Amino acid sequence: MSVEFCGLQLAHPIINGSGTFDAIAARRVFGEPLLADFPFAAYVSKTITLEPRAGNPPPRLWETPAGLINSIGLPNKGLDGYMREDLPQLAELTGGASGRSAIPLVTNVMGATAEELSRLVAACDARAEIAAIELNVSCPNVKTGLDIGADPGQLQEVLRSVRALTGKPLIVKLTPNTADVSACALAAEQGGADAVSLINTLRATALAPLGRSAAGGAHGTGAQRDRWLGGGTGGLSGPAIRAVALAQVAAVSARVSIPIVGMGGVQSATHAQELLDVGATLVAVGTESFRDPAAGARIARGLA
Amino acid sequence: MSEEHAASAPFGRRLLTVTGMDELGAYRVLRASHVAGTGAGAAGGWAPVPGQFAMLAAVERWGGGDGERPYLPRAFSVARLSDGESHFLLEDVGPGTRRLCELRAGDGLWALGPLGHGFEPPGAGRRALLVGGGVGIAPLAILQDTLASDSPTVEVSVLLGFRDRERAAGAALLDGASVATDDGSVGYHGLVTDMLAAELERDPHATVYACGPAGMLEGIRALCAHSHIPAQLALEAGMACGFGACFGCVVARRGGGYLRVCVDGPVIDAAELERVDQHAGSAA
Repeated sequence: MSVEFCGLQLAHPIINGSGTFDAIAARRVFGEPLLADFPFAAYVSKTITLEPRAGNPPPRLWETPAGLINSIGLPNKGLDGYMREDLPQLAELTGGASGRSAIPLVTNVMGATAEELSRLVAACDARAEIAAIELNVSCPNVKTGLDIGADPGQLQEVLRSVRALTGKPLIVKLTPNTADVSACALAAEQGGADAVSLINTLRATALAPLGRSAAGGAHGTGAQRDRWLGGGTGGLSGPAIRAVALAQVAAVSARVSIPIVGMGGVQSATHAQELLDVGATLVAVGTESFRDPAAGARIARGLA
Repeated sequence: MSEEHAASAPFGRRLLTVTGMDELGAYRVLRASHVAGTGAGAAGGWAPVPGQFAMLAAVERWGGGDGERPYLPRAFSVARLSDGESHFLLEDVGPGTRRLCELRAGDGLWALGPLGHGFEPPGAGRRALLVGGGVGIAPLAILQDTLASDSPTVEVSVLLGFRDRERAAGAALLDGASVATDDGSVGYHGLVTDMLAAELERDPHATVYACGPAGMLEGIRALCAHSHIPAQLALEAGMACGFGACFGCVVARRGGGYLRVCVDGPVIDAAELERVDQHAGSAA
């Protein structure tokens, strides 16, 4: 069931959520069979920032009932490292060699200011290997401390400043940690976004089990017990958030006319079909790939 | 560790059948065999090297169903290969390990693997000192088997530490182990690192292979660093995926940055680590 998305032709509607599938590491582990049965119809990179990031101190994970809190902290090689080292490898493994059709490559970027985002978008625009750009706007504004993507006015302003820099499709990854996600989606559309993707993870935290301290754990203000996660808080994903995702995708679909990438706890073709039925054009698989690296392929086959 | 190595695992989980569950003191040995023609990676070979691991999940009652936890698969070293069966050492310490301990012959088991970097052979002229603690003795059993078959001239000594008598029964997994217990109920009353220090004093021409709790591994790392003894540490860390996707299982690398235990390890040269942190334990 091929599908058109922002002018790109995809073999099926299943892609990966940013930061949930390191295709370069997976190729080293699984070898060529990964390429022969690549689970996604487009591949979204993890978030790239201007400067390299080491990520948060461990512990970085906490299993919840039917879910996972992660506090990874967006480790990446920075824009220059990504362009020099990762992009050529990603382009090779998503390219159309040996009879396979090429898989469009989406690069996800995050900047703390409009200037940072502009530099990232311009750099992506200059690379032919990149088919589309996804903006991670779950980043606190350095002046206000509020997530750029949580405030419709701020979001629209940022979109306007980067829209002029590229003709490639711009996808805005919306945060669910806001009062009105559909207002943010509308702001993205009015700012010139070609698509929106949602939901990102829900802000969450976990306390260290009693009697067990997390060496990397952070003390919140007035906290008597260690937080488990090295980053203090993290993002919840997995089946625990599926019903939230369904509601938010439906709400956004009622408000905007640009295509939607729906995601959140999808484990099966049935779950993917629900997101398609409330208005998503594509569905991203994230945490389920941790449980089964071939989950995307299984879900795509189930939809066919 | 090298970036370049041959692909280790077929792409996708494979379905195993549980063939038995044996009691070993406080532990269980889960035995499972390959089901021909089933699972995404069924056609691929299953040839784990010592130190490699698999992500395990019960087919029934593991996420997606009535049970809320466990949800993610759990990482286990391959403890032994025997008569077409793979052995995994379990200790019931949480919802995932409890569910695995409940499995009985005939039950289905998802396995992704074998994954990660295993142990390297000892340097020329060096004996192998296998040092384990608790449930972490698992990869040392297959290492002992493999050294016996592939490197019969290498002298092998085994030092194992446990909390108490019930856990010390796990020492039967290896041949000829010297045992230490925290409570003195079996063998040497004290830390296995004390026994290691004495061994290294007696003959320092050794490569140390270690797996166990973080505190023990840190003791071994510090001891070997001080004495300039090569040490290969099999680390444990809570991980969601096992194949480099989640970036959850990191340990601090000497000189800055992090290593992913799943793809850069789980066996890591002790010289690559500043220290082994206490919180590096796995999700239970």
